[in-house]
Amino acid sequence: MDWNTIFITTVEASIGWQTVAYALAAIGINIQFGYAGLLNFGQAAFLGVAAYGLAVTVSTFHLSFWLGIAIGLVATVILAFLLGIPTLRLRADYLAIVTIAAAEIVRLVFRSVAFKDVFGGSDGRQNFSGDFFAINPYSPGTYGIGPISFDERTTWVLTVGWILIALSCALVYLLMKSPWGRVMKAIREDEDAVRSLGKNVFSYKMQALVLGGVIGCLGGFIFALSQASVQPDLFGTEFTFYAYTIVILGGAARVFSPVVGAAIFWVLLVFIGNTLDEAARAGAFGSWVTVSQVGSVRFMLVGLGLMLLLIFRPQGIFGDKREIALDAR
Amino acid sequence: MHADTTVTSKKAAAVAAFAGLDSEPGVAKPDPILVIEKVVRRFGGLTAVDVDHVEVQRGSITALIGPNGAGKTTFFNQLTGFDTADEGSWSFNGKQLKGVPAHRVARSGMVRTFQLTKALSKLTVMENMRLGAQNQRGENFFRALIPGSWRGQEDEITERAEELLERFKLAAKRDDFAGSLSGGQRKLLEMARALMVGPELVMLDEPMAGVNPALTQSLLGHVKDLREQGMTVLFVEHDMDMVRDISDWVIVMAQGTVIAEGPPDTIMSDNRVIDAYLGAHHDAPMSVEEAEEQLQEAEAELEAEIEEKA
Repeated sequence: MDWNTIFITTVEASIGWQTVAYALAAIGINIQFGYAGLLNFGQAAFLGVAAYGLAVTVSTFHLSFWLGIAIGLVATVILAFLLGIPTLRLRADYLAIVTIAAAEIVRLVFRSVAFKDVFGGSDGRQNFSGDFFAINPYSPGTYGIGPISFDERTTWVLTVGWILIALSCALVYLLMKSPWGRVMKAIREDEDAVRSLGKNVFSYKMQALVLGGVIGCLGGFIFALSQASVQPDLFGTEFTFYAYTIVILGGAARVFSPVVGAAIFWVLLVFIGNTLDEAARAGAFGSWVTVSQVGSVRFMLVGLGLMLLLIFRPQGIFGDKREIALDAR
Repeated sequence: MHADTTVTSKKAAAVAAFAGLDSEPGVAKPDPILVIEKVVRRFGGLTAVDVDHVEVQRGSITALIGPNGAGKTTFFNQLTGFDTADEGSWSFNGKQLKGVPAHRVARSGMVRTFQLTKALSKLTVMENMRLGAQNQRGENFFRALIPGSWRGQEDEITERAEELLERFKLAAKRDDFAGSLSGGQRKLLEMARALMVGPELVMLDEPMAGVNPALTQSLLGHVKDLREQGMTVLFVEHDMDMVRDISDWVIVMAQGTVIAEGPPDTIMSDNRVIDAYLGAHHDAPMSVEEAEEQLQEAEAELEAEIEEKA
């Protein structure tokens, strides 16, 4: 067993581009679900719309990179309004149903044959990240400490990504300490009570949906740029569910929980995956688990770990046990 | 609000306003704060509310009573914008409120509480109170990001909230989660929070439901206190002792309509009210012969039973 490689890949995963993209998506979900109580099961669509907004603008229409970013952001806001206006007046479950369906519609439109000229079908779009890497301040080479290192492109993506995470966390921190955040948390507890105190609940829920979507869409940009390509199937519903797992793992309604949750989630996934892979190659499981089956077993073990976490620490890593206890009353 | 008025004068003024009024449904009041005209709410074929005309006198405590299913809470929901009325109109301080969403109704000075208390469990008692304050600068998304723009106002709000908590004897619970309070304390908190809005008309939906008797007196005191501070109170209640004790005027609803109005000491003996609560064909007191007959029947039954066993 090559423990050295396992160790390096695991440490790299804790700050890698996947952690960044998922953390941003999870910060968005934390605002919507953790603070405002909105069950948005379509976060993948927000990332997808942003990533495609950028990719299509640059690679299909040959417009500038920054215009692509702007179009991605605007598309995300429009999506939030489209989903929010009909559903936010209704009960919470309807938003969950509508968003999960909308996310699939968005994904299927992206991969549809009819729009292949624009979105590129199931192959997606490439060749849109040139301008981004053109302003890369890192000269070619590897950057890092000892064996844990990234090439200059990845380092640039990670730098931008972690700055975006830091800014998003600062934004969430400021907002949630303010009276604005108080209204959000109150809406999560009981909308009617908040309405009876003269607050426009619909407007606040819309603000949460838009803000969560926009922060999530930054994750979409990072996702697209780190791969230098977009494919529709990257934005399936499992993406949203991983992001929810991350929020719950860290503890809902805590500023840093999505970031730490994302790091732990990817560390677990990579560590278990690589360890199993190495073990299977070394024949540790005999004929029980072959190398090709390791991928599935990895998710079973991660699922088991998350179940144990929810049983023994239901409030997540940063959560407050007293709050969970209140629900039991 | 007049600081110089004493406890008795407010009560006396409210009672005087009602002096000589007819006990007819829809009777006009000298200075109504809330005027309701032909409000109808149907659920499919069921007409839950069909109120022809009702006025609520300013500065009084008005009780809304009626048997279960009379439509009291539905009527409350219509007035406060939590449900839409099918027909009719109502005005608060002369302002039409039909079709106005609930949060605007609250902003205009008509604040309600709920039958099932809605304390916001995972917020502390203090946060619950602060939430009630209106026109908060920090509740705007962009200004929320600059703490300096709302800190001063927040301090004022906190001070006001502390005074209210002191009055409602919740000051010691200031930093506890609202979810950890007892049922009665939650009722107190909900009432105190409603006062943070600065209402003119306070609508209480069953303020005494589920409150332990030891707290009842203190809650009653607080409701009376609202009138002393110049507010108008309209409340739904089942507890007749409470209605008699604190209300200046009683409106009786049955099957969606207002069937009678009047002062609390005479309304209970009104035939329409007795009929509504007990049914029009309720038992009249038994005559001597009927009593005899029942006694004999019962004895015969008993004897038959004894024989069977033997």
